Amino acid sequence: MSELQLKDLYEGFRNPEVIKGFAKLINEEAKQLKNPINIMEVCGGHTHSIMKFGLPQLMPENINFIHGPGCPVCIMPKERIDHAYILAEQEDTILVTLGDMIKVPGSRGSLQDARAKGADVRFVYSPLDTLKIAEENPDKKIIFFAIGFETTTPMSTALIDVVLKRDIKNIFFHINHVTVPEVMVELIDSRDEHVDSYNNRIDAFLGPSHVSVITGSKIYEKFPKEYNRPVVVAGFEPVDVMEAILMLVRQFNEGRCELEIEYKRLVTHDGNVKAQALIEKYFEKASLFKWRGLGNVPDSAYKLRAEFAEIDAELVYADILPREEIEDHKLCICGDILRGMAKPNECTIFGTACKPTSPLGSCMVSSEGACAAYYKYGNLI
Amino acid sequence: MCLSIPSKVVKIDKERNVAVVDTMGVTREAGLDLMEEEDVQIGDYVLLHIGFIMNKIDEEDALESLKIYKEIIEKMEEEDRRELIEADDNCPNRGV
Ligand code: SF4
Repeated sequence: MSELQLKDLYEGFRNPEVIKGFAKLINEEAKQLKNPINIMEVCGGHTHSIMKFGLPQLMPENINFIHGPGCPVCIMPKERIDHAYILAEQEDTILVTLGDMIKVPGSRGSLQDARAKGADVRFVYSPLDTLKIAEENPDKKIIFFAIGFETTTPMSTALIDVVLKRDIKNIFFHINHVTVPEVMVELIDSRDEHVDSYNNRIDAFLGPSHVSVITGSKIYEKFPKEYNRPVVVAGFEPVDVMEAILMLVRQFNEGRCELEIEYKRLVTHDGNVKAQALIEKYFEKASLFKWRGLGNVPDSAYKLRAEFAEIDAELVYADILPREEIEDHKLCICGDILRGMAKPNECTIFGTACKPTSPLGSCMVSSEGACAAYYKYGNLI
Repeated sequence: MCLSIPSKVVKIDKERNVAVVDTMGVTREAGLDLMEEEDVQIGDYVLLHIGFIMNKIDEEDALESLKIYKEIIEKMEEEDRRELIEADDNCPNRGV
């Protein structure tokens, strides 16, 4: 019998006593900080956890959280959601996607709206559930609308692998997988002349948990080296986050700027090599991807390699998929929030015109977005 | 969407390349497509994400973290006790 129990893995990393212990250590050590520090948690899962467990209240005044862009449904631009909507409207077609996409509005409405109007949209728990749908509907075209960061990318390729190996003819793919390091660069060193990201306030990064399980910590190496921003890869549980913050504070106090891993029980330098090979086999980088709230970010997404054009819904349905850009809402300040220049409650329509039930901007779209987390766990409840 | 819950492997079906796992008392199946062959064994703790096992949890490392956390709590409790004693020692009303 192993010493470690499943229960320890659930409870040990959210133990309130341990959180308190770390809060004390952080407050103690933060007294020595020369300057205040702004820490960006890149991942929406961290944002959710930080707000849910009230971690900002445990921080001294000189440590501030900046909530990052790492919520895969929040960053989905209206253009891509419109694609899904249009594909779902086609005759004899079933659009399949992960449940998270249900409420995200495009310019025509959300996929839930499409379904209410009679389109066949199915929300699945796992990409593999698509196989059963295809089997039960041999006369229909099944389009898998793939979303997510590096965490979910290999799961989509696992489905592609089965489809090609079994020579299944009625499943197509619309790929919307985005990558983390490129958007981190965008936030501190934008190459877009219209965006002044040099004024950003990000001093350090909390590296995402499950993205890093797949990619390994190696993808963050350039941040301490080239951009002078330390990175600590942290788990999702509140204790993980607290420990990682202490590690960052110690780096500043000791004059170090390094890449460290707090989430050692799951993250290695190299990551899941088999998953990476699957991604490499089927995908290549798209040169540009528009992020909702942030605009175009170079090399920040994947697309199917040209040799798999037959199953690429963007090519197969090229005639009916619009290419025009759609503007973000004028009053939305998501871009500033993500750069650490503003907090959600500074938006003039936060909680009034823009709410989780009727989101106008990307950060309100899913519970992992900064505005939605503030709405849910802030004092507006 | 990233809520990947730790689970324990209770059965492995090699033919279908899936594992049966226990997540908070609920049993379900998870694909082994992203793991090297033989890498996952019965009794292992794994991380599950949208129907797939994405990695194994390093038990030694998890235990090590939990041990450090326990020490932090103990140290904090000891400090709290000491503070209490000190406050008592310095109590201006001593001898009243
Ligand atoms: S409250 Fe809504 S409109 Fe305002 S910044 Fe957040 S998402 Fe954008």
